[in-house]
Amino acid sequence: MKHEQAKKYGMVIDLDKCTGCGACMVACMAENNIPFKKDETNKLDSITWMRVYQLTNGKPFPNTDICYIPRPCMHCEGDHGHSPCVSVCPATATDYSLKTGIVSQIYTRCFGCRYCMAACPYHARYFNWWDPVWPDGMEKYLNPDVSPRMRGVVEKCSFCFHRYQLAMNKAFLEGRRELEEAQYQTACAQACPAGAIVFGDLNNTKHRVHRIVQPDPAHGGRPKNPKAFRLLERLGTNPKVYYLSSREWVRRLADHYLPNETPGKGH
Amino acid sequence: MSTSDEKVKANGKTEKETPPEQEVREKGNGSGGPILFFFLVGFIASLLVGWIVFPRLLYSKKKQPIDFNHALHVETVEEGCASCHFFREDGSFSGVPKLAKCMECHEEAQGEDPEELKFVSEYVEKGREVPWLIYSRQPNCVFFSHAAHVRLAGMDCVTCHGPVGESTRTKPYEENRITGISRNIWGKSIAGIKRNPWDRMKMDDCAECHAKEAAKGAADLERPIDGFFNNIIRIAFPESLLGRKSSAQTRNEACFVCHK
Repeated sequence: MKHEQAKKYGMVIDLDKCTGCGACMVACMAENNIPFKKDETNKLDSITWMRVYQLTNGKPFPNTDICYIPRPCMHCEGDHGHSPCVSVCPATATDYSLKTGIVSQIYTRCFGCRYCMAACPYHARYFNWWDPVWPDGMEKYLNPDVSPRMRGVVEKCSFCFHRYQLAMNKAFLEGRRELEEAQYQTACAQACPAGAIVFGDLNNTKHRVHRIVQPDPAHGGRPKNPKAFRLLERLGTNPKVYYLSSREWVRRLADHYLPNETPGKGH
Repeated sequence: MSTSDEKVKANGKTEKETPPEQEVREKGNGSGGPILFFFLVGFIASLLVGWIVFPRLLYSKKKQPIDFNHALHVETVEEGCASCHFFREDGSFSGVPKLAKCMECHEEAQGEDPEELKFVSEYVEKGREVPWLIYSRQPNCVFFSHAAHVRLAGMDCVTCHGPVGESTRTKPYEENRITGISRNIWGKSIAGIKRNPWDRMKMDDCAECHAKEAAKGAADLERPIDGFFNNIIRIAFPESLLGRKSSAQTRNEACFVCHK
């Protein structure tokens, strides 16, 4: 059997570049047919696969600092693919692909118990409390490559997996089995006007994501780049979304370090 | 009550003369007959409803806008199915051709066939797309890569679609009124029985073929050494990467391969 090198698609988001404009959120909503309501003020029942949060350092005026932090699904690898949501799903509706490193969500298999939502420490999963209702004529603008979800199922960021499927389709037609970095990119990475989101294969030393974060396979993929960090690193979820920040308070906040703790010396 | 008592009294003498009837009644066989009869009638009726009436009600029948002759076209074109059902440059499959493809030959009527004349006058001259009804359209949660199956695996169209190219007329399009899905997906047989691989297009049918292929791959004799060690690893360490294939949970291909 011919073995292709297993891929581990991941993302690096440079928080020094992120202006919090929200273009990634808009691109994601449009790309993935994400349902919305007239009133989206209640964030507990609105769906945003990609969500930009605002962090502050909590200091008074002259020292106030703000950081915007886009949060897609982290596609946690956990321990050999046992990410928090995958290991609790009773329906095998969510799964970790060892070929691509993407955590899938199969809407037609999900029966809406929301166990995965409870397990996810990043609030990256959302429940469809209603069937999607599109404004008149908007059905024509839906993306035909992404199936719309129904009431009663959980959904989340898929790293635009349909784009991977289509890119592979093209590769097969051209007699290739491997993808170039530019052939598979997520909608948010392409939409970011600041170029803050970089997407690629963390296992491929040629890809930018690998070169930026320099993941250390001996230590569960921890970044060797001192500016790079992952959200809630110490939980051991082994996420594949890395962040970059030159500001120490941001890095400390990302893993809830106590004032007397030093980041990097976890556990 | 009183009448039966009276009857007993009145028949007091005859009681002994007609014991067989009495015995029959006591065993309950006399009233069992009608129960069995009505049970059978109801049973057969429900079978008829379930197997014949309901499927007829469930599926709507529509005629294609043009009665297309596949056999005639396959004879004329050079590249077989791919002449009209081709791959686009981006790797996607064109499926049912658009009007532009048909107009490459049929800008004007080429013969006397009333269906062709209808096609030219109704659609070509008016510049309207033909609203073909697509027999093999899958539900929208399904991703199917024609490129992977036709180009990579070298499969024949017939394997899944059947001998469509030999048909001289289009069959009626039947649609499930509840789900809106073509009957070709479930298959003609309401019991889900299939004789040919193209009789159904359900997930089970994909899985059936893929399981066979996987079994073949596991016992691949063309690469004995590679296959041998892979098999040992697979069996001895089912939790390993080789053993689990691409999925962390199912030890099989992940669902995401075909679902979107």
